[in-house]
Amino acid sequence: MSDETTHPLREQIQTAIDENPVLLFMKGTPEQPMCGFSARTVAILQSVGQPFAAVNVLPDPRIRQELSTLSNWPTIPQLFIDGELVGGCDIVTEMYESGELQQALGLENAAAGEPAPEPQAPEAAPLSIENRL
Amino acid sequence: MAVSGAPATPEELKARIEARIPGATAEVTGDGHHFNAVVSAPAFAGLSRIAQHRLVYDVFGAEVGDRIHALSIQTKASTTESIA
Repeated sequence: MSDETTHPLREQIQTAIDENPVLLFMKGTPEQPMCGFSARTVAILQSVGQPFAAVNVLPDPRIRQELSTLSNWPTIPQLFIDGELVGGCDIVTEMYESGELQQALGLENAAAGEPAPEPQAPEAAPLSIENRL
Repeated sequence: MAVSGAPATPEELKARIEARIPGATAEVTGDGHHFNAVVSAPAFAGLSRIAQHRLVYDVFGAEVGDRIHALSIQTKASTTESIA
């Protein structure tokens, strides 16, 4: 656990974080989120017009394990901006509503204080397919 | 109280948060799987949201995502009037 060189997957995750200024680890894809929290976070990023890279953690449970070890954050989604963990759905929602998210993203004239947008996908289906650790 | 395998309850989560974070006040709602916690504590003062939320997550460790399927958190530093 202490020897980082024995964790190629963790290195890949770190590389993805380093190389993508705005990176979202999520369940499913932006086009087809598989969890309501991931869907909401995607909807917020799309509503502020922010392009972002996304990693689907569902295909391999080790992605989530290694990510959480690396980030010291237990849940998915996780949003990274400029290599730093910003938070999950709750924090992203709070920051969106206060305007801090738009500031962190460098979006100067984005409006703050609006209620967070609801995901466009129907909630019932994505929520029923959440994965386990 | 935190019997492994027993369903989690809002009352249990509230008691454990308030026991672990000094001076904390927690309001917890939930259905046994998805929970929402609003936590105020003087210990949050000066910390980033990330750090505040980590203090709450740390109360439950690996139970988050497992026995506690989902935990939404809102934190407030109880010595300040408003975060915004």
